[in-house]
Amino acid sequence: MRRVALAGNPNVGKSTVFNALTGLRQHTGNWAGKTVATARGEYAYAGEDYQLIDLPGTYSLAAHSQEEAVARDFIQSGQADAVVVVCDATCLERNLILVLQVLELTGKVLVCVNLMDEARRLGIEVDLPALSRRLGVPVIGTSAGRGEGLDELKRAVALLADSNASAAPERAPQERVSLAERYAAQVVRSENVQRQRRQQRLDRLLTSKSTGIPLMLLLFGLVVWLTVAGANIPSALLTQLFARLGGVLENWLAGAPAWLAGLLLDGMYRVTAWVVAVMLPPMAIFFPLFTLLEDLGYLPRVAFVMDHAFQKAKTCGKQCLTMCMSIGCNACGVTGCRIIDSPRERLIAILTSSLVPCNGKFPTLIALITLFFVGGRSGLLASLEGAALLLGTLLLGVAGTLGCSRLLSATVLKGMPSSFALELPPFRKPKVGQVLVRSMLDRTLFVLGRAVSVAAPAGAVIWLTANVTVGGASLLAHCTSLLDPFARLFGLDGVILMAFILGWPANEIVLPVMLMAYLATGSLVEFDNLAALGQLLTGHGWTWLTACCTMLFSLFHWPCSTTCLTIYKETGSVKWTALAVLLPTLLGLGLCLVLATAARLLGLA
Amino acid sequence: MYETLCLSALPEGESAYVTQVRAGPAMDRRLIDLGLVRGTRVTCVLKSPAGDPCAYLIRGALIALRRADADGVALERQVQETPAPAVAT
Repeated sequence: MRRVALAGNPNVGKSTVFNALTGLRQHTGNWAGKTVATARGEYAYAGEDYQLIDLPGTYSLAAHSQEEAVARDFIQSGQADAVVVVCDATCLERNLILVLQVLELTGKVLVCVNLMDEARRLGIEVDLPALSRRLGVPVIGTSAGRGEGLDELKRAVALLADSNASAAPERAPQERVSLAERYAAQVVRSENVQRQRRQQRLDRLLTSKSTGIPLMLLLFGLVVWLTVAGANIPSALLTQLFARLGGVLENWLAGAPAWLAGLLLDGMYRVTAWVVAVMLPPMAIFFPLFTLLEDLGYLPRVAFVMDHAFQKAKTCGKQCLTMCMSIGCNACGVTGCRIIDSPRERLIAILTSSLVPCNGKFPTLIALITLFFVGGRSGLLASLEGAALLLGTLLLGVAGTLGCSRLLSATVLKGMPSSFALELPPFRKPKVGQVLVRSMLDRTLFVLGRAVSVAAPAGAVIWLTANVTVGGASLLAHCTSLLDPFARLFGLDGVILMAFILGWPANEIVLPVMLMAYLATGSLVEFDNLAALGQLLTGHGWTWLTACCTMLFSLFHWPCSTTCLTIYKETGSVKWTALAVLLPTLLGLGLCLVLATAARLLGLA
Repeated sequence: MYETLCLSALPEGESAYVTQVRAGPAMDRRLIDLGLVRGTRVTCVLKSPAGDPCAYLIRGALIALRRADADGVALERQVQETPAPAVAT
C-alpha cells in the first residue's frame, strides 16, 4: 500500500479533500484548527491501494507547536510516498510559504490548489501550469466540496509516488516569504469584485461596535428560539407514540412476573422513551443550525467579538471557539482545546469546558423553564420568553466560564495571556443538504445513541433501587433521605441530588431519573405530557426556587463521565481532572446556597 | 514624506508597510509564518467592539491580532503633505 500525506495551512479544506477521496466523514467546519487529530483513510486508484494521512493544519513546519512537530516529523520520516500540500486558492501567497517549506523536506510533493470555485466567485484567477513550472512539482486545481478535480489529483498522486524527486535546499524564513510573494504575483490575478466588498460589509456588520454584539445575541437567540419552539410538537408526538408502544408492551408482558415487567417496562423502557422523546427534537434542530453557523464561518467572528472578555480573563481568544464546541458536547470541547498552543491557557480552557450547557442539559433546562417560568403556556410569546430565558442560562454559563478562567489565571494557573493570531476565513455559503445529513448522522444520532445506551441500564438500576426494600424502605428512599437534609441547604431535595449523581454517565437522564424516583415513592401518575410532569413536581414540594436551583445545578455541576475521561486523556493528570470536577460543582453549590438562603431570608420561598 | 507608526495604531481601512517585527520570539515566528515580514503591506480591516483585537489583511488572509501583539510590529507609510492648519491667534 502507498502512503500519501495531506499537509496544508489550517482551514484550506484539507478535511474536505480527505473526505472526498476516502469517502469518510471527518468533521469539517469553516474555522482554523478543526482537525485536531491525525486521521487516516484509504482509497483505491488504478488497482493500487492508497492510505491517506490527514496531518494537522499548520502555518509552518518549524515545530513550534505540537501540530507542527507532528506534521514535520511525519514528512521528514520518509514514511509517505507522496505529500499533497493543500492550498487555498483565495489566499495562495500565504499558502505558498508552507509549500516552499515542505519542498525543503521532500521532493515528492504535489500542490493541490483547493477552493478554486470560491476563488472564481471572488474574482481570483490562478495560473496553475505557470505555478507548476515555478515550483517544479505538479499542481492540480480542485474544488473538493463539489468533487471537482479529484480524478486528476488521484492520477497525479499515482505518477508522483513512482517518481524520485529530491528535496530543495533549505532557505531562510525571509527568503521563503519573498519567494512566495514573487510566485504569487506571477501566477495570481485578482480583481476586487462585488463579492469581496460584500464579504467585507458582512464582516463589518457582524463585528462592529454598534452591531457586532447585538447581532451575536440575536443570532444565538434565534437558534435557541427555533430549538425551543420547534421541539415542542415533535416531542409531544414522540411521547404519544411511545405511550402507545408502552401499552402494547404492557399487554405482551401481562403474563410475566411483576418484577420483570416492572424492570423492563417501568425501568428500562420508560427512561429510554423519555430520553428519546425529549432529547431528539431539540438536538435535531440545534445541531444543524449550529453547524450552519459553523460552516458559514461565523464562529471565528464570535471569537473576534468576544476576545476582549477573554483577554480580561487573561486567557487565549481561541478559548471562545472551544467554548462554542462545548455547547454541542463538552467532551468535544475538551478535545478541541488542542488548538490552544500555550499549555497554561489550554488547561484553563479544559477545566472550564463544562461550564456551558451541553446539548444533554438542554431538555432539562427547557422543561423546567417551560413549567416554572413560562407557566406551561404555549404560543409565540411563551416560546420567545422560554428562548430568552434559555439564552440567559447560556450567557450565565459564558459568564461562569470567564469568571472561572480569571480565577484560575489568578491562582493555580498564574500567567499572562500568550500571543496568538486568529484567522478569520472568508464566509462560505453553507451546503445546506450536506449540513443536514452530516449533523443528523454524525452528531445527533451519535449523541442520542450514547444517551440511549446509558439510559436503558440506568433505568434498570434506578428501578431496582426503587423496588428493592431494606428495612421497610427502598434503597432509593434510603439514599434520598440520607441526601435530603444536605440537598435542602442548596434549595434542592434528596431526589434531585440523587438524580444528578445517577445521571453522571449522561446528563440526559437526570430528569427521567428524578421522575422515576418521585413516581416510585409517591402516587403513581401516568405522565404523558409536560403538564402532568409539572403536577408531579409541584406535588413533591417544588417551588420556583427549587426549579431555579435545579437549573443552576444542572448548569454547573460535575462533567459527565465521557467528559471526565476525555479530560483525563487530554491532561494525563488525576489532579487536573479532579479540579475539573470540583470547579463547576463548587460553583453550582455555592450559587444554589446563596440563592436559596437569600430567598428564604427575604421570605420569597 | 514617511510616517512611522505601530500596527496597533493603524486606523481602520488604512494600509502601511512593515519595517520591523518585534513582538517577542514566539510571536515573531508565528507572524513570519503568516508572511508578515519587512516590506509586507498590511491593511487594518476590522476593529472589534472593544477596539482590541483588530483584524488585518496580511497577504490575502484576514488575521486578528491583540493590541499587545500588534504593538510589536513597526510600520511605515507615505503621507501626503498637507498644509499645516492655520492657528488662530
